[in-house]
Amino acid sequence: MTATSSQNEAVASDGSVPVLSAVNVVKEFKVAGGHITAVDNVSVDFHAGKVLAVVGESGSGKSTLARMLLRLMPVTSGTIKYLGKDVTNIKGSELRAYWRDVQAVFQDPFSSFNQFFTVGQTLRRRMSAKQGDESLDELIERCLSYVGLKSRDAVNKFPHQLSGGQRQRVMIARALMMNPKVLLADEATSMLDASLRVSALNVLQDLRDRLGLTVLFITHDIGQACYLADEVVVMENGLVVERGLTDDVIFNPQNAYTKRLLADVPDLKGSLKSRNN
Amino acid sequence: MRASNVTAVYAADSGQDVPAVDNVTLEVPEGQIVGLAGESGCGKTTLGNALALIANPPLYTIAGSMEIDGQVIDMTTLSRESNNLHRPYRGATVSLLPQGAMNAISPTLRIRDLVHDVMAAHDKNVTKAEAMDRASDRLKMLSMPTRVLDQYAHQLSGGMKQRMVTVISTLLDPKLLIADEPTSALDVSSQKQLIEMLLQMIEMRIMRGVIFITHDLPVLSMVTDRLAIMYAGKIVENGRTEDLVHTARHPYTAALLNAVLDPTEETRHKHVLGIPGSPPSLANPPSGCRFHPRCPFAMSECVTKEPAFLDEGNHQVACWWAEKNPGVRVPLEVTTV
Ligand SMILES: Nc1ncnc2c1ncn2[C@@H]1O[C@H](COP(=O)(O)OP(=O)(O)OP(=O)(O)O)[C@@H](O)[C@H]1O
Ligand SMILES: Nc1ncnc2c1ncn2[C@@H]1O[C@H](COP(=O)(O)OP(=O)(O)OP(=O)(O)O)[C@@H](O)[C@H]1O
Ligand code: SF4
Ligand SMILES: [Mg+2]
Ligand SMILES: [Mg+2]
Repeated sequence: MTATSSQNEAVASDGSVPVLSAVNVVKEFKVAGGHITAVDNVSVDFHAGKVLAVVGESGSGKSTLARMLLRLMPVTSGTIKYLGKDVTNIKGSELRAYWRDVQAVFQDPFSSFNQFFTVGQTLRRRMSAKQGDESLDELIERCLSYVGLKSRDAVNKFPHQLSGGQRQRVMIARALMMNPKVLLADEATSMLDASLRVSALNVLQDLRDRLGLTVLFITHDIGQACYLADEVVVMENGLVVERGLTDDVIFNPQNAYTKRLLADVPDLKGSLKSRNN
Repeated sequence: MRASNVTAVYAADSGQDVPAVDNVTLEVPEGQIVGLAGESGCGKTTLGNALALIANPPLYTIAGSMEIDGQVIDMTTLSRESNNLHRPYRGATVSLLPQGAMNAISPTLRIRDLVHDVMAAHDKNVTKAEAMDRASDRLKMLSMPTRVLDQYAHQLSGGMKQRMVTVISTLLDPKLLIADEPTSALDVSSQKQLIEMLLQMIEMRIMRGVIFITHDLPVLSMVTDRLAIMYAGKIVENGRTEDLVHTARHPYTAALLNAVLDPTEETRHKHVLGIPGSPPSLANPPSGCRFHPRCPFAMSECVTKEPAFLDEGNHQVACWWAEKNPGVRVPLEVTTV
C-alpha cells in the first residue's frame, strides 16, 4: 500500500455504479437585482475508493455543489444519487442514515462549532460508548492523533480557545470518527501548516487505500490536488470546464481557464525568481 | 515598525497562564512585507492581536513595546488605562485583518452598512457616499463585482468574504497591516490580485508595512521580503525570504519547507512524511529548545538549555546545531517512502 500504487490506475471504467453522483444539478440564488446560477447543470460521478479534487476560481460554485451533495441545500433542479439510489428528496431516518455515510468538513472552521460545547462534547455527540472493538475514548484518541492533537490537551477546550488550524483539525477528526463511506472536504486543510497538512493528506490516502474511502476534495491548492487526487474537476462560473485524471488535467490541461489557473500557481523556489526581476 | 520583547498570555481559570507568545521581537522595515509562518497553534494569531493592540481578556499582553512612526507605544494591557492609550492607534496606525473574520459579522448587516460603520467609527463626518467610493475602488482592484456591497455576508462565497475582509481592514489606510491568513480560501488568481493590491498600497505609501501570516509558504516566498518562523510561542528563525528558503538554518524551518507540496510530477509520485510527533502544549512546553523532542539533530544541550538568538548578519536563528555549524544549510532532505 504505497501512495502511488492507486494513483496511476485508470478511473473506474468498468461500468460499476459510482458511489455518489450529481446529475444535471443546477442551483440558482436570488440576489439583489436578479439571480445568479451558482451551479450550472453540473454532472459529476464519485467512484468508490477514489479522491476527486474540485478546483476553480473563488465563487465558481464548489461549496454550493458540496452543500447540495450533502443535502444541506435543496437543488433548483437535477438529481443527487447515492449508491444508485435517488436521494435528492429523502427525509427523516433515511436522510439521517445518509448523513452517517457521507461526512463533511467545511471551509470555515470558525462557524462549524457549537460555541458552548467543549471539543470532547462535540466529538461525543450522537456517538455510542462502544465503537466496534474500540471504546469511544480510544476512538477519539486515535482520530485526534491523525491530525496531530492529543486528546488530553484538546478535549476540555472550548472552540474559542483553539487556533484556526486546531479547529480545522478537530472537524477532520470528527468526520473520521464517523467512519464515513464518503468524505466531502471543503478547503479542510487550508489552515494547517505544511507538515500537518501533508500528514492529514496521508491519513486520507491511507483510508482510501485501506478502507476504500471516497473523497471529494475541494481545494485552491493545486499542489495538494496533485499529491492526493486521482481525478480533477475544474469549475469556472458554475460550470465544469475540464475534468480528467490528475496527470492529464494538471500536466496537460486543455481548457484555457485551467491553463490560466495553473500558470498562476506560485512554487517555493521558482517564485523567488519572478519577484527579483 | 519594531516590536520588542512581546509576551502575551491567556489567563486560565485554573490559574495556570498559557504564554502563547513568549518574548518575541519582530521588525518590519519601511515598505516591506514580513511573512510569519509556523506550526498551527504556535501563537501567530495571538501575536497579531497583541501587535494590533486588541488583546482582550483572557488574553493579556504582559510585556512588550512597539516603535512605529517615530512613536513608542507600551503594548501591555494590564492596566485600566491601556485601553484608552491604545484606542487612537487601532485601525488607523495598526490594523488587523483577522483570521476567519467575516463569520463573526452580523448576518443582518449589509456589507455597505458595515463599510460605513468601520469608517464612521474613526471619522464621524464620513458620508455613506465617501465610504462606498473607497470600498468600490478597492473592490475593483480585486476584480470583485460591486454588487457585493448590497449583499449580506452569508450570500458570499468563502473567497469573496475573505477579500471583502481585506477591503474592510484597509479602509482606514493603516500604516501597518497585519493580515492573518488573508489568502487561505482563495484560488491562485484571486490570491495574486489580493497580493498585488497590498503591494500597490505599499508602493503608493498608503501602507508602510505588512505582516503576512499564512501557512502557504509558496505565497510567502513570492510576496515577502523577510520571513519569521515561529514554533511554540517563539520566533526560531528570521531573515531575508530568499536566504531562509535557500539556506534554512533552523531544523524546524527546514522540515516545514520540506513538507511543501509543489504541483510537480515529482510530488505526484513521492510520499512526503510530516514532522514526527505532535505540536507541543504551550501550557507546558518542552525544556531547553522547544523543538527538541521532534528534532533529528537534537543534542544533550538541546534538552537542558534554551538556545540563544544567533545574529548572523541579516539572519537570526535560535538553535544549538546552527551555532556549531555556522553558515551551513540544514541538511534535511525530503523524507520519501
Ligand atoms: N446563500 C446564498 N445566497 C446568494 N448567493 C449565494 C449564496 N451562497 C452562495 N452564493 C453565490 O454563489 C456563488 C458560488 O458560491 P460558492 O460558495 O459555491 O463558491 P466557491 O466555489 O465555493 O468559492 P470559494 O472558493 O470562494 O469558496 C457565489 O457567487 C456566491 O456569491
Ligand atoms: N482563549 C484562549 N484560552 C486559552 N488558550 C488559547 C485561547 N485562544 C488560543 N489559545 C491557545 O493559544 C495557542 C496559540 O493560538 P493562536 O490562535 O495564536 O495560534 P496560531 O499560530 O494562529 O495557529 P493557526 O495557524 O492554527 O491559526 C493555541 O495553542 C491555542 O490553543
Ligand atoms: S536547538 Fe537542538 S533541538 Fe532545537 S532545533 Fe536546534 S538542534 Fe534541534
Ligand atoms: Mg467555497
Ligand atoms: Mg491563527
